[in-house]
Amino acid sequence: MFNNILRHTFCAVSITFMLLNTAYAKTEKEPMWPVLKEIYFDNKTILTDADDWLVLDAPARAEDAAIVPLTLKSLKPQTAESYIKNIHIIIDDNPDPYSANFHLNPAMEQVDLTFRMRFQQYSNVRAIVEMNDGTLHMVSRFVKASGGCSAPVQKDPEAVKSRLGKMQIRMRKPELGHAVPAQVMISHPNYNGLQFDQETRRYIPAHYVKTMSVNYAEQPLFSVDMGISFSEDPSVHFTFKPTKSGVLKATVIDSKDTHYTADKTI
Amino acid sequence: MPYLTKNSVKLLMKCCLLMASVTAQISHADNGYVVNEVSEGIFFHEGVHEDATEANQGKIANVGFIIGNDCIAVIDTGGSYLEGKSLLAAIRKQSDLPICYVINTHVHPDHILGNAAFKDPQTTFVGSAKLPAAMAARSSFYETRFKEILGDAYGNAEFIAPTHLVSIGETQNIDLGGRKLTLMAFPTAHTDNDLVVLDNNTKTMWTGDLLFVERIPALDGSINGWLDAIEELKEMDIATVIPGHGPVLHQDWKAALETEKNYFILIRQQIRQIINDMGTINQATENVGVSEKDKWLLFDEYHKRNVTSAFTELEWE
Repeated sequence: MFNNILRHTFCAVSITFMLLNTAYAKTEKEPMWPVLKEIYFDNKTILTDADDWLVLDAPARAEDAAIVPLTLKSLKPQTAESYIKNIHIIIDDNPDPYSANFHLNPAMEQVDLTFRMRFQQYSNVRAIVEMNDGTLHMVSRFVKASGGCSAPVQKDPEAVKSRLGKMQIRMRKPELGHAVPAQVMISHPNYNGLQFDQETRRYIPAHYVKTMSVNYAEQPLFSVDMGISFSEDPSVHFTFKPTKSGVLKATVIDSKDTHYTADKTI
Repeated sequence: MPYLTKNSVKLLMKCCLLMASVTAQISHADNGYVVNEVSEGIFFHEGVHEDATEANQGKIANVGFIIGNDCIAVIDTGGSYLEGKSLLAAIRKQSDLPICYVINTHVHPDHILGNAAFKDPQTTFVGSAKLPAAMAARSSFYETRFKEILGDAYGNAEFIAPTHLVSIGETQNIDLGGRKLTLMAFPTAHTDNDLVVLDNNTKTMWTGDLLFVERIPALDGSINGWLDAIEELKEMDIATVIPGHGPVLHQDWKAALETEKNYFILIRQQIRQIINDMGTINQATENVGVSEKDKWLLFDEYHKRNVTSAFTELEWE
């Protein structure tokens, strides 16, 4: 409701603005962004100078609105002197735009993250990168919703429910000293509080994954605060370089404060 | 035209066989909405192979009706309120009998948006036991999207959930008077609420969207479940098949199921390879099933989506 009011107000404002300055609509109209910027970033300066080293991959068209894969890559290595500390993912027109905050440890050396989001409608998606020196850099993409039956809902609610909490850590055969792609995923319905249960005639209470943390050999690699935009069965692909034997451990906590863990020894 | 009794139609059919081996009868409703009689007393409108637009009024799926001695069953109501109205007019050209059942084969808008045209105290809405929940979960999204897509054709569309339910994995019979229809609700396949309808008199089956002909199948349920459903359908004793999309089939219906099966087998195998090699959904959508491109209409619109959907299912095998 709050979002709707904001959207209508700012639609009008932005249309006026676009008439005054057509260059404003660089990609697609962005009525929500000025508000979101104020709410989440206290109107701090956000630079848009990162296109040559930050890559946000998003499909131009959401093939399946329930599962839109996003990839964020940095072409600069993470070093103790200069590294990305946090990555904020904002999907402007989703019910809760603030979709993820990744906290990165420079030990991970490279940033190559893939994850999956629901898109409620056409929307800009943006990654705002916060460096260790506090500067903010943004890259964004516009994602169009696909054909009409591609609803951002569960395809088989019972199948997901029946395997709730099941976790997987998957990776290519690791070799010490070499970067290895890995994936942590958990089966979870990720109810966003907007789904209706026909039997009880009530909205299904929000029940979603709130954080995922991944450590290797007792050292944190990354953790992510997840919003309700994450697709069901939340999944994160990442790349890390094991330099000594150890245990890759993933911990997931959901909104009912249930903890789930999985590990893999390398 | 009053409805002819079964025997007189049979007699008529025998005469007609000498003259024509193709579709028995074509009937135009006033507004150009065409329904074909595919078996005795079974009529359908063949949808166009397009996505729904304002211009085509959402008339993209196969929808139709079966006339019994006592009453009529409608099978899917079309992709807009306007199509529902056209279908109703086409029914009334054939028979004045009451419409006792509206059967929805699944939740997709091209099959259910005409439901409101059939609202009547005498009419019972029928569907899979999982259809009401799917409708509730999707209706607000569909309403927003299809008002945009269809414009005025959306009309007074309403999401009318079935009250007469068929449990998953079960069969149920309904009687239209001298005409028993068998309804079967499948475990998750095209969607989690697929229902097929078999007319026992003519061995004519409405598969809903478990079968796409010419147009690429759209996966919104389970690739493994769909492949199981195809196997189950192939075992059945059927003479005529009305698919969810595409032309009616007679001897060649098993071949059409085989074509659909081959598509899913191929993409499943290629997706599994990518998953085993730690690939991502993007790698899969770029590489899987490219060789199928020329075999299907609307490939570019649905193929990547199918791969995406199958990928997230197969990751949990």
